Amino acid sequence: MTIQELIRQDQFEIINEGSDLSREITEPFCCDLLSVAMGNAPAGCAWCTVMANMNTLAVASLTEAGCVILCMGASADDNMKMKAASEGITLLRTDRGIFETALGIYRNLHEKDQL
Amino acid sequence: MENKIHFQYLIDGDDFTRAGEASSDIKSKLKMMNINPDAVRRVAIAMYEGEINMIIHADGGTIDVDVYPDKLTMVLKDTGPGIPDIDKAMEEGYSTAPDNIVSLGFGAGMGLPNMKRASDEMEISSVVGQGTTVTMTVLF
Ligand SMILES: Nc1ncnc2c1ncn2[C@@H]1O[C@H](COP(=O)(O)OP(=O)(O)OP(=O)(O)O)[C@@H](O)[C@H]1O
Ligand SMILES: [Mg+2]
Repeated sequence: MTIQELIRQDQFEIINEGSDLSREITEPFCCDLLSVAMGNAPAGCAWCTVMANMNTLAVASLTEAGCVILCMGASADDNMKMKAASEGITLLRTDRGIFETALGIYRNLHEKDQL
Repeated sequence: MENKIHFQYLIDGDDFTRAGEASSDIKSKLKMMNINPDAVRRVAIAMYEGEINMIIHADGGTIDVDVYPDKLTMVLKDTGPGIPDIDKAMEEGYSTAPDNIVSLGFGAGMGLPNMKRASDEMEISSVVGQGTTVTMTVLF
């Protein structure tokens, strides 16, 4: 599933469309501690977090995350929106929880034929 | 040594909104120099964590970067409070980050361990009351 395909599912509010929507999403990744994410976020992941600030995007960029999904109603302020735009990072948001969001993505990636 | 390129960054200890600028700048410079992507990623991660520490735990400072044909060294120097017990600070999960910083997502106590892992060599020297210098080398 590419980032574009994830966006097209219409499950998320789009804050920013990144510069490379054709990238494959590798796996969902759940973490709210930035330096834990820095050490462990897999490249190409869909990073589900409630931590909504500029530093989240800095870590996403350095770990080459595929996209960032703000969960549980977390929202981006103007600084964060601007940084997402300037760094070309796909930034989405949802009111759903982190687990539910990540599970949805996991199912999309792994269980398509069983659904 | 003639065969190196030097960059210096001044890190403003008060300006959280600019945190990460030095590491993202060096990342784009190294990319343009065609350094291998894994090394670029490791440099950027190590410098980002160090840069954040200089802002959160100290009062900013300077980062001096030397790029050689086969490696990069960076020296992060601050005049903050220093680290009383370096071994303890290096432990995964050890953090003295205050609550307002924790609410930004920092304070897992993983920054220094990440720097250690991302670099090929790392050395910390620190004097309480005077400051901390972290030197890291990344081989290309
Ligand atoms: N430049 C510094 N000056 C003074 N103390 C420092 C400095 N860098 C690190 N420390 C001390 O070492 C501890 C561990 O640092 P480390 O980067 O591993 O974790 P952290 O910054 O607290 O949290 P995290 O990096 O996971 O967000 C810090 O909490 C702080 O007490
Ligand atoms: Mg740190």
